[in-house]
Amino acid sequence: MSEQLALLPAYLTAHLQLTLFALLAGSAFSIPAGIVIARARRLERPVLAVASVIQTIPSLALLAIMVPALAALGMRSIGFLPAFIGLTLYSVLPILRNTVTGLSGLDPAMIEAARGVGMTRNQQLWRVEIPLAMPVILAGLRTSTVWTVGIATLSTPVGATSLGNYIFAGLQTRNLNAVLVGCIASAVLALVLDGLVRALGGALLSRRRAPLIAVLASLAMLYAYSGVTFVRGLRGASADRVVVGAKTFTEQYILSDIMAGRIGAATGASVEVVSSLGSTVAFDALLSGEIDVYVEYSGTIWATIMKRASAGVDRAGVLEEVGRFLADEHGVELVGGLGFENAYALAMTRRQAESLRVGRISDLVPHAPRLSIGGDYEFFDRAEWASVRDSYGLAFAEKRTMDPSLMYQAVASNQIDVISAFSTDGRIVALDLVVIEDDRRAIPPYDAVILVGPRLRRERPDVVAALKTLTGTIGADQMRRMNLAVDQDGATPAAVAQEFLRSRPISER
Amino acid sequence: MIETQGLTKQYGQSTVVDHLSLSVAEGELLVLLGASGSGKTTTLKMVNRLIEPTSGRVLIDGEDAGTLDPHELRRKIGYVFQRIGLFPHMTVGENVAVTLTLLGWDSTRAAARVAELLELVELDASFAHRQPSELSGGQQQRIGVARALAASPRLMLLDEPFGALDPLTRDRLQQSFLRIRRQLKLTAIFVTHDMVEALVIGDRIGVMHDGRLVQIGTPAELLQFPADDYVRQLMNTPKRQAALVDGFLEARAK
Ligand SMILES: Nc1ncnc2c1ncn2[C@@H]1O[C@H](COP(=O)(O)OP(=O)(O)OP(=O)(O)O)[C@@H](O)[C@H]1O
Ligand SMILES: [Mg+2]
Repeated sequence: MSEQLALLPAYLTAHLQLTLFALLAGSAFSIPAGIVIARARRLERPVLAVASVIQTIPSLALLAIMVPALAALGMRSIGFLPAFIGLTLYSVLPILRNTVTGLSGLDPAMIEAARGVGMTRNQQLWRVEIPLAMPVILAGLRTSTVWTVGIATLSTPVGATSLGNYIFAGLQTRNLNAVLVGCIASAVLALVLDGLVRALGGALLSRRRAPLIAVLASLAMLYAYSGVTFVRGLRGASADRVVVGAKTFTEQYILSDIMAGRIGAATGASVEVVSSLGSTVAFDALLSGEIDVYVEYSGTIWATIMKRASAGVDRAGVLEEVGRFLADEHGVELVGGLGFENAYALAMTRRQAESLRVGRISDLVPHAPRLSIGGDYEFFDRAEWASVRDSYGLAFAEKRTMDPSLMYQAVASNQIDVISAFSTDGRIVALDLVVIEDDRRAIPPYDAVILVGPRLRRERPDVVAALKTLTGTIGADQMRRMNLAVDQDGATPAAVAQEFLRSRPISER
Repeated sequence: MIETQGLTKQYGQSTVVDHLSLSVAEGELLVLLGASGSGKTTTLKMVNRLIEPTSGRVLIDGEDAGTLDPHELRRKIGYVFQRIGLFPHMTVGENVAVTLTLLGWDSTRAAARVAELLELVELDASFAHRQPSELSGGQQQRIGVARALAASPRLMLLDEPFGALDPLTRDRLQQSFLRIRRQLKLTAIFVTHDMVEALVIGDRIGVMHDGRLVQIGTPAELLQFPADDYVRQLMNTPKRQAALVDGFLEARAK
């Protein structure tokens, strides 16, 4: 718990920056736009429709869409910017809608009185319409505030630090403490900011000076703090810092900590870990230089980036071709394989595998019509499944898509016979499952490889050399055990990484 | 001082004010009397250009109101609304001073003027710090009048200012208004549909019916020489009501 709390200042500050800046930008757009729309009623329908459509995009998808969109524009596509833009878009609707309804729902007698005493159009707006609509506008701002604080937790997969780092990492590594800290912190933040906006409304309505000054001063302080820390963060991003990336699962957290630790110890460079990147985000981030190094799997590059057929290729050949492709096409260096594969594999309980005498997928074929298979959310849509099914002629009695954690429980309790597993998943060991051999090589090899981006490759050969010391040092069994230590025994990825580095000092090489 | 020439307002096919021509002399109080929907409010609003006439024009001191800046015109004319229209987000004092702020008065001068006006409409100076919602209907009407008087306008337009009040309060406010009017030598157009109020307050009365001005004259002229049946009936209503009350009392006495 205490090591979770140690992360709180950094996560909370980043979360606050995102939320406050997005709300400021959202209001700066929505309130004037609402005023214009309330006057030019013709615009009301189209503008509110666009804002509503944005709102219906699932928030995670909206943030994720920002990444390729920004990349296409040649802008920084991961980190603060995509999260900020996505959150800003999301904050628009409630403020905009309430500004419009607040202004257009005013008592016409008030408008007439304002005209009657001789106000110009602008005086009417500022002295009568906006003050009278203020409670409604502020209600919209409160809605936006609470939403934005909540949705900002989804900034983590696009590479922006937030309280979501607790939640994503915690869910992946089954660290409930981390999830809890993240949820509580963001709930408290939402309550505090909402309270501030409500207090602002109260102070404006009561029209007493002291409370208004107090609220404005607190808001100013929060913004000043966020602004200063943000600028300092930008300055701190100095050229010689090495950024290690990690995707959103346990193995990646452990490996990024191992690489960070090894780089730090061997070269003294300052290292930062950006974790919980979305799967496709990581490679883009490497190319754009927002991360310098991360662990990828050879088959992923082979299938999704090189778009090569998955069946019938050998491990060394793929590794070599992928390495050449990355260097030639993208200036990315494949430093080397870590020594294990993390591939999609079919797995079943040892007891059933033995009783059916199944060791290879070919052995499974005659039993398949009486067996059921479970796959994670994407498995049955992936090229690997099509390839396995077609090259062996597998025809299962039943096919079920399940949440990965439920899937493992289901196979262990014999509710399902075969599952799609990742070959280094710790649960394979823990539940005494066996991985069925892919004897016809229908699934391409997924060697875990260290990829280094163009900048680091040019400027820091010492770092590349330090990373090279890790190649070939981690076997599949060891990786499974490390994953299990986190997933089942509740160790933190950082602790597991340290333990690994202690057991293999550089001098060994 | 003020004259309308063929003032007309049409909404689509319907003519709500139809070629209305009248004039009000300096210091005179003209009552516009007519049934609901006869076009009284519309006429009044065309005078200070809250509504632009379809045709015809309004002359103020011989100047065509249509050529003046509408905001400045309105600041120079006091207007009391049919529905009062105090701003709920301002204190009573700020409501009274609203035209003064528009005219750029500094706050001490405006505050002094507000105190003066509150005294004029017979309210305690402490009312300045209250919210409009904390006032009774009669008090709100007084504030409405005070607000209209703030910039010392020479011309006042009043749209049924005492319409929604109980008879006693209305009577008191009418008396206050008559006193203020004499004191300030106001020129005013006063809209009402209450016959008695028209007789009590007006120097002259203009009777409107379906958007037209059917007769204009002093109360005595209207009572003695009604132009048509409508005016006759209208002028008879107070007498008829008095007769009803008398009859009722006699019946009780027996
Ligand atoms: N904006 C408008 N569009 C169409 N018709 C209107 C509009 N404003 C007023 N009218 C019509 O014009 C007529 C005169 O309205 P006006 O408000 O001047 O009546 P009024 O004499 O003040 O009545 P009241 O005593 O009820 O206040 C009414 O029949 C009303 O329905
Ligand atoms: Mg009216």
